[in-house]
Amino acid sequence: MAIPAPPSRTRRPDLPDTVLPDSAARTRVHYLNDGRTLKSWLLTTDHKRIGLLYLVSITVFFAIGGVFATMMRMELLTPLGDLFTSDVYNRLFTMHGIVMVWFFLIPSIPTTLGNFLLPLMLGARDLAFPRLNLASWYVFMFGALFTLAAVVLGGVDTGWTFYTPYSSTFSTSRVFLVTLGIFIVGFSSIMTGLNFIVTVHTMRAPGLTWLRLPLFVWTTYATSLIMVLATPILALTLLMLVVERLFGVGIFDPALGGDPILFQHFFWFYSHPAVYIMVLPGMGVVSELVACFSRKRIFGYTWVVAATLGIAVFGFLVWGHHMFVSGQSIYAGMVFSLLSFLVAIPSAIKVFNWTATLHKGHIYLKTPMIYALGFIGLFTIGGLTGLFLASLAVDVHLHDTYFVVAHFHYIMVGGTMMAYLGGLHFWWPKITGRMYPEKMGVFSALTVFLGFNLTFFPQFILGYLGMPRRYHQYPAEFEVYHVLSTAGASILAVGYLLPFLYLLWSLRYGKPAPDNPWRATGLEWKTPSPPPKHNFDTPPVVVEEVYDYELDEHTDAV
Amino acid sequence: MPTLAPPAPEDRSAADRAATAEVPPRPPSGAVLAEQFDDLDQQREADTLGMWVFLATEVLLFSTLILGFVVYRFLYPEAWHVGTEHTKFWIGSANTAVLLTSSLVMALAVHAAKEARWKAVTWLLVGTAALGALFLGLKGLEYYLDLHEGFWPGAGFDVGGPLRQQVELFVVFYYCMTGLHALHMTIGIGVVLTMAILAHRGTMRGHMHVEMTGLYWHLVDIVWLFLYPLLYLAGG
Repeated sequence: MAIPAPPSRTRRPDLPDTVLPDSAARTRVHYLNDGRTLKSWLLTTDHKRIGLLYLVSITVFFAIGGVFATMMRMELLTPLGDLFTSDVYNRLFTMHGIVMVWFFLIPSIPTTLGNFLLPLMLGARDLAFPRLNLASWYVFMFGALFTLAAVVLGGVDTGWTFYTPYSSTFSTSRVFLVTLGIFIVGFSSIMTGLNFIVTVHTMRAPGLTWLRLPLFVWTTYATSLIMVLATPILALTLLMLVVERLFGVGIFDPALGGDPILFQHFFWFYSHPAVYIMVLPGMGVVSELVACFSRKRIFGYTWVVAATLGIAVFGFLVWGHHMFVSGQSIYAGMVFSLLSFLVAIPSAIKVFNWTATLHKGHIYLKTPMIYALGFIGLFTIGGLTGLFLASLAVDVHLHDTYFVVAHFHYIMVGGTMMAYLGGLHFWWPKITGRMYPEKMGVFSALTVFLGFNLTFFPQFILGYLGMPRRYHQYPAEFEVYHVLSTAGASILAVGYLLPFLYLLWSLRYGKPAPDNPWRATGLEWKTPSPPPKHNFDTPPVVVEEVYDYELDEHTDAV
Repeated sequence: MPTLAPPAPEDRSAADRAATAEVPPRPPSGAVLAEQFDDLDQQREADTLGMWVFLATEVLLFSTLILGFVVYRFLYPEAWHVGTEHTKFWIGSANTAVLLTSSLVMALAVHAAKEARWKAVTWLLVGTAALGALFLGLKGLEYYLDLHEGFWPGAGFDVGGPLRQQVELFVVFYYCMTGLHALHMTIGIGVVLTMAILAHRGTMRGHMHVEMTGLYWHLVDIVWLFLYPLLYLAGG
């Protein structure tokens, strides 16, 4: 009687495909080496190159916004206002907000990953309007020029919300230049959104039906709808602000018969949907990452699609929750409070579905996945604290405190920024043809997660205890939280600096990437890394469902 | 006017196109296929949808001003009454007629372009632009009269007596709305004349450019159809 041999324990296959491209593949012509002159980059209509132009530009703006943040955190290290005057501090937080919102977060994922991936994911040769795409980058840079000029000439001190009548009548800072810059950048946003909408409608490969679209495409599409429908309102609002400022009339000035609340309505009618411009693409990225690194189809795909569109629609109906204490009607406040609770439902659907996708999946903790898991946790905290703020009575206590600051940083930095970095790592092999160093990636992702929480979690407590935002001096009892926050910010800065350095390093020294290092589904992985100029050597035809993942074979279960 | 019809559902994917690939392609109408598209149908769908999305942004652009105008009309009905009395009813009405006629001419131009009657297209486009210019001329005349009556916001503004400040708000909106519209008219005239030159030279490729120009022209016309009653008729 022989004892049956124990089942052989074979390891699960590791993700990166060990087959490296042969030397012929390394010397082949692709979009990066097809034309090496500066002109071939500045006049390109290739969506992949334009994505890289945007990548470089917004990285610069992220650095500028980060410098402002660093200066603020240094000032807040001590209770006394010993580093900057109040006036300088006002300019610091205003420029931090403006640069980060309009020149980094809003363009971040759509214009870089979106530009690069959308035609690839659709199996198209390019966006529907390639020249419009290039024009959008030039318009972006043109607008940025005005804002940068304003920074050099002394900045602006109104807060990123430009509330009237301070911004229109009293502020002596560079309001006109900055709003002009944002006005112009808005058109770049509209151009990008329009281009994406038309591309998704008309450029899908044969067989790529709407319900076979990757969720990244769906979220980019929903984001584009918001960009196109909300941005014109911001443009006209800023125009009215400028008219008021230049001609001394009182559209929003109560002293001259105007209504400042109307300005706030207009501003938030754009700026609340803008929050979803920032976070929806991040949700799309995370959906791709969670599916790939769990080796499972996204749980409840159709519901996630519906939730995406639901967020886009509801996002337009909740702007009044920024104005609970600004004098709007209490009945309006009640309606906006209810609607704000409703917008939590589609967001929660997404979180539940990502979690359910992880369940019984084969999880690979690669760098992009660590960012994605970080996103899910931080977005959940950011979202749930949003419900505190959507409650009328609680908001009276928390309004304009650090609680709000912490809340939206959990969404924008903990959410969008994590997803952006995760996506950048995930598609880096496709974009550059090089692998990033995995161990460094994991280390920096954990650093970002740790640094982020240390920076912003104390701010929830600060806000709850009553520390208002936008002050550079504070009572000594708040010092410990501010010290924690500043310490976290330094760790966070290291976490951001590391990817910047090793991704640059990998351009030259990284391992050459195989076509599909993650064994991921999706058309973008079916073309070589980096892709040829026209994306696909043979036009793809889609026959399988989306996220056609299979759990890996492994026999380590007894 | 056929060009005012809502767009056909645009979600026909390449999948559907592939299914109908057996149908021989239509004879080329002179249109040039851009390299990112598979065929002219796809290109036309993309161009049309792109134009409609652009027009949606234009609607929202004007709607912001219109909303602000209506909010203050609700807050200050008497002042808005004074303001509406001051706008030149006959000039506004004449301009409405001029603009509607220009849209008719534009629609005829699009129709002619579809039949590739380029000479007719040229003259109809010139006619459209001429009517647009007439509109701007009348508008300019109205501005001139307004200025002479002190109907311009600023330190010396004195219309409406005790309601002076509120009437001034009306005037601000009046100039913002008509000014933004006039800017759109000016751009429209420029585009229409460019199309006329292309049609005259015979370098027009297909009718899509004329059709897209027509869509834009009609939208600017429709915007006026909202501004006209608000500024000239609704006395508050």
